[in-house]
Amino acid sequence: MSDARGLASWLTTTDHKRIGLLYFWTALAFFLIGGIEALFIRAQLAQPNGRLVSAETYNQLFTMHGTTMIFLALMPLGASFFNYMVPLQIGARDVAFPRLNAFSYWVFLFGGLFLNASWFVGPLFHAGILNVAPNGGWFGYANLTERQYSPGPNIDFWVLGLQILGISSLAAGFNFIVTILNMRAPGMKMMRLPVFTWMTLVTQFLIITAFPVITVGLAFLIFDRFFGTHFYVREAGATPILWQHLFWLFGHPEVYILILPAMGVVSDVLPTFSRKPLFGYPVVVYSGVLIGLMSWGVWSHHMFAVGLGPIADSVFAATTMLIAVPTGVKIFNWIATLWGGDIRGTTALHFAVGFIAMFIIGGLSGVTHASPPTDLQQTDSYYVVAHIHYVFFGGTIFGLFAGIYYWWPKMTGRLLDETLGKTHFWLQFIGMNLAFFPMHLIGLLGMPRRVYTYAPELGVGSLNLVSTLGAFLIALSILIFLVNLWRTRTRGRPAPNDPWGGATLEWSIPSPPPVYNFSVIPTITSRLPRWTTERHGPMRDPPATPPEPIHVPGGSWWPLIAAFGLPVLALAPLTHTLWVAFAGAALLLLGVYRWAFEPFEV
Amino acid sequence: MRIFVAVGRLRLWLPTAALVMSGCGGPFPQSTLLPRSDFARATDVLFTDIFWWAAGVFLVVETLLVVTLIRFRHREGRAAPKPTHGHTLLEIAWTLAPAAILVFVAVPTVRTIFATSGEAPADALKVDVIGHQWWWELRYPDLALVTANELHVPLGRAVQLSITSADVIHAFWAPPLGGKRDAIPGHVNQIAFRADRVGDYGGQCAEFCGASHANMRLRVVVDSDSGFGRWATEQLEGPAAPAPGTIAERGKAVYARSACIGCHTIQGVSPGVIGPNLTHVGSRTTIASGLFPNDSAHLASWIADAPALKPGALMMRMKPPLSDADIAAIVAYLESLK
Repeated sequence: MSDARGLASWLTTTDHKRIGLLYFWTALAFFLIGGIEALFIRAQLAQPNGRLVSAETYNQLFTMHGTTMIFLALMPLGASFFNYMVPLQIGARDVAFPRLNAFSYWVFLFGGLFLNASWFVGPLFHAGILNVAPNGGWFGYANLTERQYSPGPNIDFWVLGLQILGISSLAAGFNFIVTILNMRAPGMKMMRLPVFTWMTLVTQFLIITAFPVITVGLAFLIFDRFFGTHFYVREAGATPILWQHLFWLFGHPEVYILILPAMGVVSDVLPTFSRKPLFGYPVVVYSGVLIGLMSWGVWSHHMFAVGLGPIADSVFAATTMLIAVPTGVKIFNWIATLWGGDIRGTTALHFAVGFIAMFIIGGLSGVTHASPPTDLQQTDSYYVVAHIHYVFFGGTIFGLFAGIYYWWPKMTGRLLDETLGKTHFWLQFIGMNLAFFPMHLIGLLGMPRRVYTYAPELGVGSLNLVSTLGAFLIALSILIFLVNLWRTRTRGRPAPNDPWGGATLEWSIPSPPPVYNFSVIPTITSRLPRWTTERHGPMRDPPATPPEPIHVPGGSWWPLIAAFGLPVLALAPLTHTLWVAFAGAALLLLGVYRWAFEPFEV
Repeated sequence: MRIFVAVGRLRLWLPTAALVMSGCGGPFPQSTLLPRSDFARATDVLFTDIFWWAAGVFLVVETLLVVTLIRFRHREGRAAPKPTHGHTLLEIAWTLAPAAILVFVAVPTVRTIFATSGEAPADALKVDVIGHQWWWELRYPDLALVTANELHVPLGRAVQLSITSADVIHAFWAPPLGGKRDAIPGHVNQIAFRADRVGDYGGQCAEFCGASHANMRLRVVVDSDSGFGRWATEQLEGPAAPAPGTIAERGKAVYARSACIGCHTIQGVSPGVIGPNLTHVGSRTTIASGLFPNDSAHLASWIADAPALKPGALMMRMKPPLSDADIAAIVAYLESLK
């Protein structure tokens, strides 16, 4: 990593490793904010007729919890690894477009700050603090989100914030596709790519195809709210169901955008710690690609209660059930990877196995609502809340933690403490099952989701209390993780190049890697270059010092300035001030113009 | 001062709990696991079926995972593992196995989709269900009967619900009688069922619909055939006329000159259509869409300041406020409307 110090060196950095770390710390901060929102939600629901927060505040809390976790925590935590690890895994010195990469990060940061500013800026809109945060759910269903039913600035923050974040994801998506396709080291054929890089590639294709759909959906809603168009207005002959189709056409690929990177992490972690190659590498890769393709044909399973008719319901039930097949294949291949191995129970392996164990539950409950008749009793109830948390928490978050414990030494040069790590794992594992398993039953007993209160006679009070206790146990486990991060800064064991005996390229260079990553770009002759296989011995790691000087591009202010134009632009409709729009556009254009003509030298 | 308000609130809540506990049928009035109609039973059978397949798969795969972890855990001196890269036959097998199980799930699924698609026989009792922020309008077109928040249906007779919305998207869900359907403005969704046990069940809006989504509840009463007939006859009668000189009569006068008439219908008294029809409000057991018991105390606080009891409620605080005596008179009048 670059040795330059000082704030300016971080603000102008185009080093993928620094940007990866920026993504990590920012996403972690948002993860904590989303977690605190979850704790308020659970405290409110700990007993019937909860009185901790008002209905309005609760609606803002669950909207921001979902929006924050999906767009500001899980996606960017994944992005942190794309940034840091993909160039290292393919033997590249940086991503294809380093300044675009910086731009993606700054847009993400500003979008996240813009959304969260809504908690505090109520007084600017003649409302109290905690009054104007988005309150229409992370799914923002029209026509509730139309101006007529949501007159305040709450939904404005949401639509504008998501539009900003979409730009970040799209820019990063194109960047990583080009990087993975074009920047591979000699000999790094597609079928030699580490599975994490493969799943990153699939994820980026989903991002660049899914985000335009929500961009259009949001643009319609923005036009409806600000310019009086009628894209979702029933009285004008339109239908609010259009929003649902657009949203879920994005929303279901989004689910796989969140889970595929975690599957990639697990596919890299398991072989390392069982000392065996991934079982059925081509099948694992193809099933990942297949899951990505199939994710486009299942969106209406979010809409079985809409009444699309028995034919449509049957078709979408079938496509949804089919997606269980490649998913099941992956799980069997992971178990077969462990089978016959020499399994070392590191914290990273704990989390990877936790991913498999919990994701199975989320997958199976998914099959129960792939069937439309049973879904009619489950959709919009707590049963579905249980399902998505087994997928996103049990799946994505466990997978990402496996990645954190696995790659932290590479990213910082220090090993995380294993005892604290395993304590973290077990508390989180028990906590999540206490928090989310009872929700299956809570939903089946008739409690809808997104309710700030429930009647005592539903008979779900004690189950909810258990769930709340579980949520606080998760909070405790995250606290231990933070302690681990903090202690590691100064007291962590220094990491050698390869603390785990990994097979992939990132372990062939120092921890953390030098700014140029590889002193000599390696030539790849096998899928597991650092291991002995039938045909090859292990590769020779690049020398510690580069044999000849390496040109590394310098930093740039312009991505930051261009990115800053976007929240300023968004401020214009929010405050109904024209000159702000010109200011935002000017910043954006200035940034892009100077960036385009900047000599990109050391 | 604050503490008195709080205690007052608490006193309002306690009888609510007591009433609802005793009033509703059984301990889990809103459970999907206690089906009480053919529709609910069909989905329950299907769910049970899928559940056992899922439980079987869960057991097999998780056991396999745990056994693998224990059997192949690291031990000193273990020989380096054999680098197996795959096994084509095995991989084909575990692709086909889940696919085969899914066939066993998909076939009954499609059969149930068509069996529960919402079409009822021609002689079914028709009910139009219209979602409003945040209450349910219920119209029986064949009986020319309009009520709110308490759905009465006869035992054993086919019922056809036609569900739509007057404002945003809601979802009608009465779990013991079957699955939910969205109430969408401009669309009509149908549910058909035949209730098979007399009882008093719970239901609730299931699609997030704004501030008081959590407070958009309803009661579903399955009556015996004669009981339903009696209820319908009573509902079809004109509103009770309060006896001269009673406080209820004064209440009628206050009602007739207050803002109430802008939104509520009482047959022959006021024609408003924005809020629930009150012609027989005294016969209902709850107010505010299943939130509170229909008693004098709750009615009085509701009339005085509805949004304080139900966040966002569109029934605004009376301005200028009604006097306590006027409120008491209206309460007496509404309670007389059996």
